[in-house]
Amino acid sequence: MRRALPEAWFAWLLVAPAVIFIGVIVAWPLAETVRLSFTDAKLNSESYVGFENYADLLSSSKTYETVIRTFYWMFLSVGLKLVLGLIGATLLNAAVPGRALFRVLVMPPWVIPIAIGCFGWLWLYNGHFGLISGMLQRFGILDGPFEFLAYKTSAFYSAIVTDVWIGTPMVTLFLLAAMQGVSRDLYEAAWVDGAGRWYRFRRITIPQIMPVLVSMALLSAIWTFNSFEIIWILTEGGPRGATTTLIVDTYKTAIGNYKFGEGAARAVIIVILLALFSLIYLFFLNKVNRKYGVK
Amino acid sequence: MMMDRYSLLQKIGIYLAVAIFLGFILLPFVEMFVVSLRPLEHLFSSPYRFWGENFSFDAYSRMWETVPLLGRYIWNSIFISGMVTGLTLIFVIPAAYAFARLEFPFKNGTLGIFLAVNMFTGAVLLIPLYRVLRTLGLLNTYWAMIVPGVAFLIPTGIWLLRSYLEKIPRELEEAAFVDGASRLYTLRRVVLPLAVPGLIVVSVAVFITAYAQQFLFAITFNQVRELQPLPAGLYEFIGYQDVTWNEMMAASLTGVLPVMLIFLFLQKYLVAGLTAGAVKE
Repeated sequence: MRRALPEAWFAWLLVAPAVIFIGVIVAWPLAETVRLSFTDAKLNSESYVGFENYADLLSSSKTYETVIRTFYWMFLSVGLKLVLGLIGATLLNAAVPGRALFRVLVMPPWVIPIAIGCFGWLWLYNGHFGLISGMLQRFGILDGPFEFLAYKTSAFYSAIVTDVWIGTPMVTLFLLAAMQGVSRDLYEAAWVDGAGRWYRFRRITIPQIMPVLVSMALLSAIWTFNSFEIIWILTEGGPRGATTTLIVDTYKTAIGNYKFGEGAARAVIIVILLALFSLIYLFFLNKVNRKYGVK
Repeated sequence: MMMDRYSLLQKIGIYLAVAIFLGFILLPFVEMFVVSLRPLEHLFSSPYRFWGENFSFDAYSRMWETVPLLGRYIWNSIFISGMVTGLTLIFVIPAAYAFARLEFPFKNGTLGIFLAVNMFTGAVLLIPLYRVLRTLGLLNTYWAMIVPGVAFLIPTGIWLLRSYLEKIPRELEEAAFVDGASRLYTLRRVVLPLAVPGLIVVSVAVFITAYAQQFLFAITFNQVRELQPLPAGLYEFIGYQDVTWNEMMAASLTGVLPVMLIFLFLQKYLVAGLTAGAVKE
């Protein structure tokens, strides 16, 4: 075989543009974020302040509230997405007429711009004229109009519902693909042995799709942790901070108030928390994979 | 197959559950459409009525006056997503080929770094990105929305295309090599034509994602109204005290039409391509 260029050189030539681009737009800003977090950078000034931003954050009880709220937001939303996704995938995997159509109908929330979906939900949550409040009043569950986004608790859970609505289609789709990849021989063997549907689902489907389920959970967790648009459009982090997750807090501090240094410290904390979470998760993932005999 | 048979009761149960599931997914769209058809004074009447008389498509003609730049917003959305898609492919095609076919030092490490980029959304890096774009003089231009979009979609693109390329048999490339073709020639004339279905999947996935995620970069890096994509452009009107909801919903639905059409035409390939990595060989 003729070799004009060693393989490794050629490969690096092909990879280099992407690496350099990512380096400039992602890696360098990341390093810059770390540097800025040790300064009090504002719009036109900046000076080194050491660990002051971090000390401020760590000594404020608001920070801990925000961190706990963010993890609560993530676990609840991801849990719901996975449960609904699993139910949805199982339903769409059932051999009934019309399932090809159902599969298409699941996907619109994922295809349309996140912001546009949120505009629809803004109206649905409207207390006086929106569908949800209106229906609940009609059925006698509510006495009068209820503004879902105006109260701390209801605003938080409303944002969760919208986040789940946007995230569920993709989880459904990937779990469905995993289910369809499970060998039919396994089911047939179990069926011949007289295993019922529920038994087959528990002992064949679940273990077989486990690798996809756990990687979906991690990806979904990272996206949900960083979910910004939904909260911003629905509540801008309010009322009274009830929906302010770390990412919203970072945005408000840095972009809203031009406190770049303090915002950068928050961004660094997000990266550290996500990295820690991923490491712990991957540790458990290894155990799960070993248990189910996956390489 | 006998195994797949359901009793009548089971069938009813499945369809009922599907109806509830799809109801949750589609209800907001139905309501958006119904709202777009109702006159404003009907919308703002208590008690709530799901249905109403006087349905009309008036909002679809009046929205162009209320939102004078609506056509421009939709065009901007398509333009930005198109540019993001084109640029992403330029970076992704060679890199995905290298990861799929060639051996080189630090290969796994580099791939790992690309995947780690998925962990950061733009929101974490907004501050330095803002300053980089300001220094480069790109704030308030299309590039302020295109460049970050490309960076965050390259890893996904590489991942998708790599798994597609790995499924193409190597024999053809090896035959071309034996005939004395250069590596670059082989990539352009042998591999790319075979990879067209995969390239379509990656393009559509990147386009849809770029279309879906324009909001944050647009509201942060661009203040010029004429350049705003649809979500950012409409957001301004949603924030007003008196929202003309029927027109906003009409504008929203009109604005998602292009991407919905693309999706409907290509959904079969898209779904198969996106989930290919999830299915074991």
